[in-house]
Amino acid sequence: MEHAEPVTSRGEQHQPIRVYILVWGLLFVLSTLSYLLDYFDVHPDALRRFLITAFALIKAALIVAYFMHMRFERLGLVLAILLPPLLLMALVAIILPEGTYVFRVREVFFGR
Amino acid sequence: MERQPKQTLKGPSQIVSDWASDLSAFKVVWGKAMMWIFLLSDTFIFGSFIASYASARLAASATNTWPDPAKVFALEIGGQEVPLLLIAIMTVVLISSSGTMAIGVYHAYGRNKRMTALFLVITALLGLTFVSMQAFEWTHLIRDLGFRPWTNPMGAPQFGSSFFMLTGFHGMHVTIGVIYLTAVAVRVLKGAYDRGSYVGVEICGLYWHFVDLVWVFIFAFFYLF
Repeated sequence: MEHAEPVTSRGEQHQPIRVYILVWGLLFVLSTLSYLLDYFDVHPDALRRFLITAFALIKAALIVAYFMHMRFERLGLVLAILLPPLLLMALVAIILPEGTYVFRVREVFFGR
Repeated sequence: MERQPKQTLKGPSQIVSDWASDLSAFKVVWGKAMMWIFLLSDTFIFGSFIASYASARLAASATNTWPDPAKVFALEIGGQEVPLLLIAIMTVVLISSSGTMAIGVYHAYGRNKRMTALFLVITALLGLTFVSMQAFEWTHLIRDLGFRPWTNPMGAPQFGSSFFMLTGFHGMHVTIGVIYLTAVAVRVLKGAYDRGSYVGVEICGLYWHFVDLVWVFIFAFFYLF
């Protein structure tokens, strides 16, 4: 039983090579910026952490969209892969208050 | 290969037939769809690891302070301590390997056998460099600084378990990736993809970029946070 070879995977080039090199450069710049934020210990902490998280998310988006070609996939596959990880937000929403709770309990019992 | 009509099959052979059938989901090559689904499950594994690390770190500071990664992973250069130097170099190496992988896939689209293999080999070598530096870091931490999964001299004991679990699991992925890349490079050189499409290289690339993707988050949340 043969099925038609999908259009997006027949081996044609999706994007010119300079797009890859541009994304590569952007990843370097964003990583360096994150490192410098830590190196110079930018204050306040909340600002530094916000920026580090933002840079990480931008880097992740660049890798998935351009290096992993998610931009060129069919919407069905894109949604099937990118929506489920949002469930991890629920895990984080449950587990972070739990961590704070354990912190309080330890404070009470270990007296600090 | 001849296939019997599905209705006439019974028992185990029916199960095999259903699971092995030529059904194609998502209208992409099945290998690509399966790699994406594998990576999705891996996302959940690493997501859970990072979430558990966050929880442990939040809870730990009640009894003990969390060691400052900038100090733990500092390297001395000419009598001066540079924070996170090795980690920064490792990050550069892994991002570079992701770039060379992308260029390898680019040449695979162009069906350029030698360039594809060349960039796959460069990627594998960069991956090997990364794992070697991680091995160096682990050795330094365990032998020189006395870090263990259950204790360490610089603060909260949970630091060790989080660190070894996160970086160990990621390092295992890099190691497997190096083997995978080498195997695909050999296949490219042997001309295994010449008759069909080069999508096998792209699938391998998906795995490798994912390894880089995970490092982005480990670098941000474990080392820099």
